[in-house]
Amino acid sequence: MYTIRPGISKLPLSASTVQRRGNFKRALSTMKRAPASAWCGIIIVFAYMVVGLFAPVIAPHGEAQIFAEPFAPWSAEFLLGTDQLGRDILSRLIYGARNTIGIAIFTTLISFTIGVSFGLLAALTRGWVDQFLSRLVDLVMSIPGLIFSLMLLSIFGSSVWNLVIIIAVLDSTSFFRLSRSVGLSVALMEYVEVARLRGEKLRWIVRKEILPNVMPPLVAEVGLRFCFVFLTISALSFLGVGIQPPTADWGSMVRENATLITYGDITPLLPAAAIGLLTVAINFVVDWFLDEVSGLKEEF
Amino acid sequence: MVASASTTVPQATALEKGKSAASGRIFSVIIQRIALGFLSLFLVSVVIFGSVSLLPGSFATAILGQSATPETVAAFERQLGLDRPVVERYVKWVSSAAVGDFGNSFSSSPGNPRPVSRLISSRLYNTLFLAFVTALVAVPVSVMLGLVAALFRNTWFDRTLNLSTLTAISLPEFFVAYVLAYFVVMRESFMLTPLGQSLPEWIAAPISRMFTFIPNFPILADISPGMPLSQQLYTCFLPAMTLTLVCTAHMMRMTRAAIINLLASPYVEMAKLKGASPWKVIWHHALPNAWAPIANVVAFNLAYLITGVVVVEVVFVYPGVGQLMVDSVKSRDIPVVQACALIFGASYIILNLCADLITIITNPRLMHPR
Repeated sequence: MYTIRPGISKLPLSASTVQRRGNFKRALSTMKRAPASAWCGIIIVFAYMVVGLFAPVIAPHGEAQIFAEPFAPWSAEFLLGTDQLGRDILSRLIYGARNTIGIAIFTTLISFTIGVSFGLLAALTRGWVDQFLSRLVDLVMSIPGLIFSLMLLSIFGSSVWNLVIIIAVLDSTSFFRLSRSVGLSVALMEYVEVARLRGEKLRWIVRKEILPNVMPPLVAEVGLRFCFVFLTISALSFLGVGIQPPTADWGSMVRENATLITYGDITPLLPAAAIGLLTVAINFVVDWFLDEVSGLKEEF
Repeated sequence: MVASASTTVPQATALEKGKSAASGRIFSVIIQRIALGFLSLFLVSVVIFGSVSLLPGSFATAILGQSATPETVAAFERQLGLDRPVVERYVKWVSSAAVGDFGNSFSSSPGNPRPVSRLISSRLYNTLFLAFVTALVAVPVSVMLGLVAALFRNTWFDRTLNLSTLTAISLPEFFVAYVLAYFVVMRESFMLTPLGQSLPEWIAAPISRMFTFIPNFPILADISPGMPLSQQLYTCFLPAMTLTLVCTAHMMRMTRAAIINLLASPYVEMAKLKGASPWKVIWHHALPNAWAPIANVVAFNLAYLITGVVVVEVVFVYPGVGQLMVDSVKSRDIPVVQACALIFGASYIILNLCADLITIITNPRLMHPR
């Protein structure tokens, strides 16, 4: 992993929480200096967002609208053909952006909230709370994530809510570890000590002193964890135990139409390629973000 | 390791003394680590056993359905031994699991018991075979590539490799798997695809001919125990290839990062400043310290292989434990899922234990205490 790099985030897209209004111009100039790969990444992520948000407007047909001909070839009416039940694949691909990405973002946010609150709690209280939480996280991490989630899904049954909660809880372990280690070093800083001596309440210290300083590495982690969550959910959906039909989802779309591949049709590969493209794009953006944040450190 | 020790130590007596002290310390560290491994194995088994109690409603109603009468539920619980105290049930479960008996699958009917162990045993061999073949190819290739990329970092070679591995790890495993399958399909049907038909004949024909050079690997990797080894290797080529590609990408990136990290350390710089040749710097100063990170990377990725195997087995309908686990999750056959989870979890822990043991054994600071 990477080391702690305190500094101010300069990425307006994903880091808006720590973005101060006064920094807007600086952020803009940073954006201009961004390498081509980061630009590609930002544009791709933005395009996905637009497609996801405006899915009902863009999609030519309904998400679960069934037409007469299943497995229709590419044509003017069905640009990418139809699937095994006769649903338009292009429309499902577009709605899939909304469902798959939406569920992954939601899961990542829950995971972030759980992980960071417990991580900071452990870092600030130390003692037995820290010991207990850390050992618990060690235990959860000693079972491979996909296997653990498969087991929990078999117990709770596969529904979207179960999927979101299981993945969020299992994945919050890495947020916990990172926020705990960053929190531990920030809690030793003079400004926290000063705030404490000034008689500020713990909540105030966390909100005003600690959170702004632990955010940059955590924001980068959000990007990486999102990729991981996204891939895990897609894998589980592909296996048929994740997002359930008739919801359009990229992972299950690949599985449902996989037989087409044996006839030399690449349509089933498109949802998988869509997953890959988004993950690569986010990786580019995160790489650049980490570069910027660590570069700032040297300036200070 | 022994060779480097004998070249640096001046006196034989000091060497002997140092060695015995070192071996004593290493021994105790190793014992501690193995004990820790057993402890985590125990805790993981408790988690896997205990998570069933999270089942909404009771175990029996989940299987028999909500409409089951209290008498049937009671009879069922007695039959499974669910009326016994939790600790007793756990001890019974784990002690029989240790000798390979995981109880009966939910799919067994009264006259026809289907023990989980019988479902798993042949599949376990298949999965281990697949993982072994993959590891045999992926580990040397990726460690070499990672090493070369680290030594020639920021050259075009490194950049290309970096971009392609980033793409490989960002793609879902099933995408890689299906693309490989697609290539095999193309050997016969490239001319029939829209692309093949829209291209002019003189371009399409050579491409089509190129595809025919791909051997006709089976897309359904239905390996069976009776096959000769060569046949088995041929059958599991596509799943093994997929896993190798994905695993190599991960492992190469991590090896590269570990080696770069190592080359930045002060003693390497010191050796360089002394004027040692680049070869000697790597072989003599960097490598003894590199075994530990490399072992960690390899173990981490073999553990990653465990989860990758599940998806790939499903794509190629490979009869392994992963596929069994997914099927059992769908039918909510909890004993089978538990057994699979225990097997995967245990191998994960054992792999990590091995990596830590290698780290301890090859650690120069433990080998030559001051």
